Amino acid sequence: MSTPVTEPSAQAVAPKASTNHLGQPLAAYRGVTSTLCSGCGHDAITNQIIKACYELDVESHRVAKLSGIGCSSKTTAYFLGQSHGFNSVHGRMAAVATGVHLANRTLLNIGVSGDGDTASIGLGQFLHMIRRNVRICYLIENNGVYGLTKGQFSATADKGSVQKKGTENEMMPIDCCALAIEMGCRFVARSFSGDMKQLLTLIKAGLNHPGTAMIDVVSPCVTFNNHEGSTKSYKFAKEHEEQLHDIGFVPPHEQITAEYAEGTTKTIELPDGAKIVLKKLHRDYDPADRNNALKLLADARDQRLFLTGLIYHQDGTYPDLVEQKNLVEEPLATLSESKVRPPREVLQKIMESLK
Amino acid sequence: MLDIKRIYWIYQSIFVTFKSPNPSKSFMPQTTLTQPSGTAVQAPSRVNDIVIQIATSNGSGSQSANAILLRSIFQMGVPVSGKNIFPSNIQGLPTWYTIRANKDGWTARRKEIDLLVAMNIESVQDDIRELRPGGMLVLNSELKSFLNRNDIQAHIVPFNELVVQACPEVKLRKLVTNMIYVGVVGYLLSLELEEMTQAIEKQFKSKPKAAELNRSAATLGYNWASEHLVNTRTCTIERMERKQEKILIDGNMAAALGYLYGGVTVVGWYPITPSSSVCENLIDLLGKYRHDPQTGKATYAVVQGEDEIASMGFVTGAGWAGARSMTATSGPGISLMAEIAGLSYFAEIPVVITDVQRMGPSTGLPTRTCQGDIMKAYFLSHGDCKHILLIPGSVEEAYEFAIEALNLAERFQTLVFLMSDLDLGMNNWMADPFKFPSKPLDRGKVLTEKDLERVKFFERYRDVDGDGIPYRTLPGTKHPLAAYFTRGTGHTPAATYSEKPENWQDNMDRLTRKFNTARQLVPQPIIEKASDGDVGILAYGSSDMAVKESLAQLEAEAGLKVGYMRIRALPVNGEVRNYIASHRVTYVVEQNRDAQMASILRMEYPDLAPKISSILHYDGMPLDARTVTQAILQSEKPK
Repeated sequence: MSTPVTEPSAQAVAPKASTNHLGQPLAAYRGVTSTLCSGCGHDAITNQIIKACYELDVESHRVAKLSGIGCSSKTTAYFLGQSHGFNSVHGRMAAVATGVHLANRTLLNIGVSGDGDTASIGLGQFLHMIRRNVRICYLIENNGVYGLTKGQFSATADKGSVQKKGTENEMMPIDCCALAIEMGCRFVARSFSGDMKQLLTLIKAGLNHPGTAMIDVVSPCVTFNNHEGSTKSYKFAKEHEEQLHDIGFVPPHEQITAEYAEGTTKTIELPDGAKIVLKKLHRDYDPADRNNALKLLADARDQRLFLTGLIYHQDGTYPDLVEQKNLVEEPLATLSESKVRPPREVLQKIMESLK
Repeated sequence: MLDIKRIYWIYQSIFVTFKSPNPSKSFMPQTTLTQPSGTAVQAPSRVNDIVIQIATSNGSGSQSANAILLRSIFQMGVPVSGKNIFPSNIQGLPTWYTIRANKDGWTARRKEIDLLVAMNIESVQDDIRELRPGGMLVLNSELKSFLNRNDIQAHIVPFNELVVQACPEVKLRKLVTNMIYVGVVGYLLSLELEEMTQAIEKQFKSKPKAAELNRSAATLGYNWASEHLVNTRTCTIERMERKQEKILIDGNMAAALGYLYGGVTVVGWYPITPSSSVCENLIDLLGKYRHDPQTGKATYAVVQGEDEIASMGFVTGAGWAGARSMTATSGPGISLMAEIAGLSYFAEIPVVITDVQRMGPSTGLPTRTCQGDIMKAYFLSHGDCKHILLIPGSVEEAYEFAIEALNLAERFQTLVFLMSDLDLGMNNWMADPFKFPSKPLDRGKVLTEKDLERVKFFERYRDVDGDGIPYRTLPGTKHPLAAYFTRGTGHTPAATYSEKPENWQDNMDRLTRKFNTARQLVPQPIIEKASDGDVGILAYGSSDMAVKESLAQLEAEAGLKVGYMRIRALPVNGEVRNYIASHRVTYVVEQNRDAQMASILRMEYPDLAPKISSILHYDGMPLDARTVTQAILQSEKPK
């Protein structure tokens, strides 16, 4: 497709008043109306989050929507209106999400951030969140520009990229995918806001990943960064996108479709039984090969391409932060007094030792 | 200052019994005493009233030795405190440990030193100069060339030779030397050997070998001293009966116990002196006492952040999701937490910050105490922000207020500070054993699925009860009404986005209403001593002990009946107003330069501003009574 839609159209996705396995219509996963600029790539991403949650039969009350500050971070209000949301502090959503994950391990965390929020002000927290393996599907809506403050470069702006008023960026961009792989992230993907099919699949897979799943979505800013000199414009993105593979995501209650013929697919099983199926295109790509993934990213940067797809993924279980901390099954938030206040005798014993 | 007492002490120190030097080769004469300039009279010794200063170098392992000395006195029933005056350094710089034992219970700092143990060449000259006339000096014989006063009693001890006897292992000798001075001091103060032995065993209870080595070193020091030194009995410790058994504890451990019993579930922190031991102690306690008995799994999570911003982010996220969360830090960390603090105020998220106050910025004087964050914490962050501050004046209150901070944070859905300081937090204080909490955890106004089903109404920021405190739901609550969107932007009572001026202002006014509700529910001020209505003192935090001692001095020395009200929390309420209004003058005693509490009170009660005066102490050392007494005497003529 060449132009993104700004608002999800329930009719377009589900012609009949259809519902998912929970009996919920797609509309139940929508939020308030977007106030972003018309045609913003972020709205297209919002639509895919809505669709992913609908198709995965996500119970809205189990979701915590978390964001920092910026155009991207505002979007958590535009989906899942029946979920708690926290539009927190610039660059600090990663830490807030860490606290949420610890306080209630049963929540499904969806984090939405931007390139400034993640790669500039929030880079440290982003990396440490990955290092701790906080359970979250973390989307970076990456346009290489500060939209809310009207067009300054962010740390992902490409070298040579030109601002609307003509200033050229002389810094090398930060590649969040490469950094995430370095930090031990076991689900690293990149996509493009205009590629609805691929994005939907990646979000669904990311929501099922038992740890930090990060998806860097190139999402052109139609107002400040969609002109000839920008490498994050629609035109540039469409011309320079190189797909690693077609991806199919299969939830546990669906069968793998036959279109993925033997020998052309790679099936990745997720711990909850869901599977991601990768269809290789022109490249014999193994997303479990860390060194290869990093090399590809480096090569792509040199060639000014952006690879899309699941760039790096590790099978098998690896403990998330809650598991590392060996927490009780019940959320810490709702533990009763008898579980969090030791008995009187313990205090007496401690007092005795201090006498 | 005067005074008859001091003259008496000088007099007493001069007339000491003289014992002939022991001519033994290996151990040279050990006690040099000033030559009597008149007829020798044996002055009565001062009982249970002493300040001991031990000067060593950082990293020499003197901590356990000093703790044993402190504990020996404590076990003999004498009120005592121990203060560590240490450098910001791991090894090598001078460090001091001050023990004050006082039969009347005055255990704040006292500047006048009665007994000095001088072990450190770096500081020995200054150390000796600061010993009071007539005071006792225990001097390492290696340093005897520095002895340049003749108005003190110098006991020269060949520690380096003694330690060879006590400890064959060379690498342990530095540590064991410390135990030898414990023995020497024990002898000079007439400490009971039995209590010293017990104190050593307590200190090394899990290491019997170390206990044995230390016991023999202390005994060696004691015996050597009894054979070679003249015990003038200038100051002695005698057993006292206690009505109730006491504990010895520092404020950071006390606060950690409070958080344990307050049911903290998520802790985020970043190391910073002097607050680190709040979380380190808490980690130990949680590790021991907070696991599910069936599964062995933890009912808490502690995460060390990459900085204070992250730590504040953890606990704010956790508080939002319903955990009882806490982070501990000190001044520079508070600065980093400021942005999220503003959101926690405005978005109404329960979270507790423990601020163990220290001096200055960045490197500042991180190992020195002050009350310099009061104003900053009260107004922390951007826009109109005001926070609840709980200010413990004792280790008991550090424990109780830690529990209460978690309760109030959830009750008021806001940031609550526990304002401690280095003196309270890192030094050893005697206290009554802590009591098991008398009331259940207060989880505040949280609507569950059942509640929502019953009331069929929920607006996150609606003031339903008229107290300014709205209701909240926790993420994960399965009810169509439960969800809401939390943001720093303007919002309506239903938590929807709004830039309307009236929405913003109404919300700010409700926050003020909430704050005013808190005035009555935070720990209330206490009148510690009644006045005759003329002069009153307002003080808070770790100044308490020094202020109380000063009141006794003022009454005894100048006949002044000064009253004292202790502020235990902000915001204050009418009781503080009445106190100021009912006195001719009220001195606000505080440990900062800018009269921060006095300024807050002047803002609260502008009409009473002329009645508020300040007594300020801000050199980094714990406040002492004499400083307060002198300041008041300078302004108020004795009757």
